[in-house]
Amino acid sequence: MLRLEKRPTPSRFWLYATPPAAVILTMVAGGILFAAMGKNPFEVIRTIFWDPVFGEFAFYLRGQLLVKAGPLILIAIGLALGFRAGIWNIGAEGQYIMGAIFGASVGLAVFPTESRWIFPVMVVAGAFGGWVWAMIPAILKTRFNTNEILVSLMLVYVAQTILAKASTGFLKNPEGMGFPGSRNFSSYPAAKNAFLYEPLGLHWGGVAALVTAVLAYILLTRHQAGFQIRLAGQAPRAARFHGVNPARLVVLCMGISGALAGLAGLFEVTGPAGQISIDFNTGYGFTAIIVAFLGRLNPLGIVLAGFLMALTYVGGEMAATQLGLPAAAIQVFQGMLLFFLLAVDVLTNYRFRLAVGAH
Amino acid sequence: MTRPELLRVEGITKAYPGVVANSDVSFSIGEGEIHALLGENGAGKSTMVKMIYGLVRPDSGTMTLRGAAYTPSKPAEARRLGVAMVFQHFSLFEALNVAENVALGMENPPPMRELAARIRAVSEEYGLPLDPSRMVGDLSAGERQRVEIIRCLLQDPKLLIMDEPTSVLTPQEVEILFRTLRQLSSEGTAILYISHKLEEIRSLCDEATILRRGKVVATCTPRERTAREMAELMVGQALKTPERRMGAKGEVALGVSDLSVESPIPFGTSLKGVSFTVARGEVLGIAGVAGNGQDELLLALSGELKAAPDKVRVAGQPVGDRGPVERRKAGLVAAPEDRYGHAAAPDMSLVENAFLTAGVRKGLTQNGFVDWAGTRRFAEEIIAAYDVRTPGPDVAARALSGGNLQKFLMGRELMQGAQVIVINQPTWGVDAAAAASIRQSILDRAGEGAAVVVISQDLDELLEVSDSFAVLNEGRLTRPRPTEGLTMDEIGLMMGGAHGMEVAHHVA
Repeated sequence: MLRLEKRPTPSRFWLYATPPAAVILTMVAGGILFAAMGKNPFEVIRTIFWDPVFGEFAFYLRGQLLVKAGPLILIAIGLALGFRAGIWNIGAEGQYIMGAIFGASVGLAVFPTESRWIFPVMVVAGAFGGWVWAMIPAILKTRFNTNEILVSLMLVYVAQTILAKASTGFLKNPEGMGFPGSRNFSSYPAAKNAFLYEPLGLHWGGVAALVTAVLAYILLTRHQAGFQIRLAGQAPRAARFHGVNPARLVVLCMGISGALAGLAGLFEVTGPAGQISIDFNTGYGFTAIIVAFLGRLNPLGIVLAGFLMALTYVGGEMAATQLGLPAAAIQVFQGMLLFFLLAVDVLTNYRFRLAVGAH
Repeated sequence: MTRPELLRVEGITKAYPGVVANSDVSFSIGEGEIHALLGENGAGKSTMVKMIYGLVRPDSGTMTLRGAAYTPSKPAEARRLGVAMVFQHFSLFEALNVAENVALGMENPPPMRELAARIRAVSEEYGLPLDPSRMVGDLSAGERQRVEIIRCLLQDPKLLIMDEPTSVLTPQEVEILFRTLRQLSSEGTAILYISHKLEEIRSLCDEATILRRGKVVATCTPRERTAREMAELMVGQALKTPERRMGAKGEVALGVSDLSVESPIPFGTSLKGVSFTVARGEVLGIAGVAGNGQDELLLALSGELKAAPDKVRVAGQPVGDRGPVERRKAGLVAAPEDRYGHAAAPDMSLVENAFLTAGVRKGLTQNGFVDWAGTRRFAEEIIAAYDVRTPGPDVAARALSGGNLQKFLMGRELMQGAQVIVINQPTWGVDAAAAASIRQSILDRAGEGAAVVVISQDLDELLEVSDSFAVLNEGRLTRPRPTEGLTMDEIGLMMGGAHGMEVAHHVA
């Protein structure tokens, strides 16, 4: 009989081997799924993982990678800080939407003024919007001990309703001939998040993501606040003994993750998306949860995981258009990744043993 | 005196992955004999008795009970053959009464009324006052133990195994228990008594088998040996008694006045008007049965629980409303009892755990950034000074044995040069040699002028290290008295005497 046994110290090997193992298992199980759908599994896997980087349209798709990876990384790093501390912000999607709405509102309010201060102020407003949205579950948790998982998740649906209201009402393009959606930022240079280097898909959001990753890494490994975040997650009573104020930590972590999600929303709405629309959000806030865990809640790992996840997005779209694979199949594929990751993760802290005899 | 042999254990070996718990253990117990199984933590006592009670099966070796092969495959079988056991941790339901709890442990419980009558009869017969209709939740630890003992006695056992039975008892309750055990012995019931408390064994047991690292290292007749001789057999080396350096007492370093705090722990004990002072160079020992507010007192002193500013003063400075960081700055360090998860983060390295409390006083941060190189040096200093057995400072705290981790954590607090040191259970679960060295360090720090508060459930330890002595009982602290000249009787009365004695008069 197989038995799980706790390791005396976490396995360093499995800590790093888990994500590749999960990716391979996902490919195998996904391949079986695609085969069952009547597709050639090798072709699908190649289309998703190989073609975007080395295939026929790689010159365009490579740029798309950073475009998709940027917001994922930015959001996932914020979430990871909270997850490390045992604070479960599941509502980044809502904070992302609110960041976009706040930032866009500032820009649209001053349309068509041209000033180089407009975009920076919008960035601040975007971060603020996400922060405010995250403060609701944070304060409810610290004051009334509510569950931040539920509250932050529910607020996603509130944010979506506000988004719908914004694109059909208060942010609707007055020159849009009645169609829902705001003015397009691509035709408003002062508020536009333009590509800095188009072949790589680099815009300010990508810059922010990479800089944030480095800062978060330094915070976690070198700074006392990072130590307190890790301590609170691993041993809450030891954290109080150390002198951590749990309420302050909740506000700090929720605030950072909300602000980063808000930033991601702002960079998206002023760049790749271009405008506030009813279906502006595409699930980055939820996918970032997978990215955070796939990256081992480590900022540098999250950068790699962000690109991998972006690959499944870009490659998934390719598979959809070229091979007629339904979008839902791609989502199942992405979900499998988290599933296998969590399953294989057991090996970091446990090992299998053949049980001999009774105990 | 030779007795007919009841149980013989021969060549028993039991190995777990990575550790041999018992290796070639042999001993025998006569009918009606009180036999001590003596050894430090991890010497293999518990594994041995679990095999006798049918919870664990030996890898090799034989056991015979009254001449017949004895291989119990489960506790029910052991009980059927007349072997009963009282565990260190009770398995009782607080929301049920005594009789119902006893019934739950029986295979064919008689009707409640009859059972209650039998419980009453047994409790009177053996001088274990217990009312069968009382809720277990309302009973003291000593009374709960009686429930377990009576549950065993109802099966009319030939061999009663008792695992560390006195750790939760007041001295008076220990006396009652011993009287019962002696009576059982005189009626022919053998008792296998597991303990590391030597004086108890000397006063109670007929024979002793001493285990060290899973092996039998000696057998002896406890009455003919001194406690020290047995301790040295148990530890395998000569023991040093901690030396006290009598320094003149200095000015008051820690003052606590009328401190009352609600317990944050479910079913915890709130502190009620606790007052005491400790001077520089003084060690105050605080005794009490577990669960009488010890954890809460530590939280209130460490700063994890806050009160009005003037309730706690360090060197005259009010810190009652301050958190742990400010209190450390003011010169107070604390060491909680629970090593895994409170005093230390089990999954973090020793370096990180060193930073956990020493960051403030050792100046290990600059502009919020942690000086990990300096922290590592401090961790290495602790490891060297306190003889912590570890491959290095980077291993996770939980990879260390309990005793080694405790040495590290004691070193962490004692090496910070604080003038007030509060420690809850300094040597809990630590082997005798390490315990002696921890006590010595505590006395050394006091000799250097620190005011020390030691909270402990080990009376011998408190009598050894403390200058003054007080008892926590239901969240109230008795007035501290000089330790010198205190008798066990007086201490017992301070601890609330024998809980439930009034019931005894009732029944009788």
